Amino acid sequence: MNYDALIAPRAAAMRPSGIRRFFDIAAEMEGCISLGVGEPDFKTPWAIREAGIRSLERGRTQYTANAGLKELRAEIAHYLKRRFMLEYDPLHEVLVTVGGSEGIDLALRTLVAPGDEVIIPEPSFVCYQPITTLIGGVPVSVRLLAENEFKLTAAQLKAAITPKTKLLVLPFPGNPTGAVMERADLEAIAQVLRGTNIMVLSDEIYAELTYGGRHVSIASLPGMAERTVVVNGFSKAYAMTGWRLGYAAGPEPVIRTMVKLHQNCIMCAPTTSQHAAIAAMRECDDQIELMRTEYDQRRRFVVKSLRGMGLACFEPRGAFYAFPYIGGSGLSSEEFCERLLYQKKVAIVPGTAFGEPGEGFARISYAYSIAHLQTAFARMREFLEELEETAHG
Amino acid sequence: MERLLKILEQNGRLSAEDLAAMLDRTPAEVARQMDEAQRLGYVRGYRALVDWEKTSANHVEAVIELRVSPKKNRGFDEIASTIAAFDEVKTLLLMSGGYDLQLIITGKSFQEIALFVAKRLSPLDDVLSTATHFVLRTYKKEGQVFAGEEIDERECTTL
Repeated sequence: MNYDALIAPRAAAMRPSGIRRFFDIAAEMEGCISLGVGEPDFKTPWAIREAGIRSLERGRTQYTANAGLKELRAEIAHYLKRRFMLEYDPLHEVLVTVGGSEGIDLALRTLVAPGDEVIIPEPSFVCYQPITTLIGGVPVSVRLLAENEFKLTAAQLKAAITPKTKLLVLPFPGNPTGAVMERADLEAIAQVLRGTNIMVLSDEIYAELTYGGRHVSIASLPGMAERTVVVNGFSKAYAMTGWRLGYAAGPEPVIRTMVKLHQNCIMCAPTTSQHAAIAAMRECDDQIELMRTEYDQRRRFVVKSLRGMGLACFEPRGAFYAFPYIGGSGLSSEEFCERLLYQKKVAIVPGTAFGEPGEGFARISYAYSIAHLQTAFARMREFLEELEETAHG
Repeated sequence: MERLLKILEQNGRLSAEDLAAMLDRTPAEVARQMDEAQRLGYVRGYRALVDWEKTSANHVEAVIELRVSPKKNRGFDEIASTIAAFDEVKTLLLMSGGYDLQLIITGKSFQEIALFVAKRLSPLDDVLSTATHFVLRTYKKEGQVFAGEEIDERECTTL
């Protein structure tokens, strides 16, 4: 069989992760210390696991409604209201998805027609660009800059808009940068968008993980709910990555179409996870706060340690990543990370994994214990000192 | 102070600089708080959590339940302070329920512990009875899992 000829050109053309090989080496390397993961180190709080187990014991093992359990959608609407001042009708404007990822996929496929332009700020999470391309949309990358604290500015947005612009992806708090958009920043973006036909896909998966101020959703600003699809989920806030559960909320016609795609591709999100998620939203506010406090302590420790090594590091205000500038080493992001891996067995992620604008940076996850971070940083410090010596020796 | 104590309880080897960063304080402030914590007895010491089973050293641990007759005017305190003075006694607790004092003691061998109970503990005037339970295996101690260490099952790198 000639599989090259069999595989559909668009699927074949999807950019493979250029650093997959590097990740595989890291995974196999004996004694490798990773700062590479994008998921919490905490276990799912017990109350949530117990609710999942209980649902299994009671034999709740069938499909749910396509859009998700009615009870869960009601909890989601209630949660979005009490935590982020968002108003959604649980019956018509909320869809339970398989992780935030499915919400992103459905929103893109629902809104983007061939030839439509999608504005994607980068560096950012990896899936927006390939999905846009897969469905015939045209990704328009906007370079987020360290001097703007990796925020998207109104001027950058304006410059990127053309008559073909259909959608703006707004991924804040940001992976890999840890950047947040505050109310005033969002208001400036909203001013550009009001009166246009441009929709917003607001990926708020890290909304519960902000430090020094609550997350603001662009959908909560006047006139923005009608043009915004909010995607969120349980993975990061409740340490539930493996449960694969997220949700989307937005205008009824958009959600209705997303449900249509969802029922054809997925049927419904996992039933056990949905039962567990009801407990998450009802009982786990204090658990979220405990994890957030822990991340915050690590965040400060990480920034201090990186700066102590002589790396310029923007102070992240969200998610669980730091994004130091490593370009001063004279190495590209990939070279830097590859050498660090081979020489010191520390795995971090090159900024370019999150789009070309990530060149010169590397992502460091602090979803690890302080002791683990200490060990990794000691090795990184050695690595930098040796680089320095080579440069001057 | 409480947040500082919580961090130190998990990891006693962080420098004042690291602690300061984590707590958003100055190193001087943290150093002062640490001194104060020791002065006020909030922090009783810093030490390593040793897993003796992993070493080749002879190490036996036992939990001893003690029933005693309390003294009229000093209650359990007098007998407790007598027992606490033995070096072999690592932990001494006054308990509610079926017995009065619980000791955790360590020694080089079963025999050594048996001798300690027979020769030092039982003869004490106020001791009514003893029940000695030897520790067979430590699964978790001070919040740290000892047996069957937890492995990070997350993929080395995920986006």
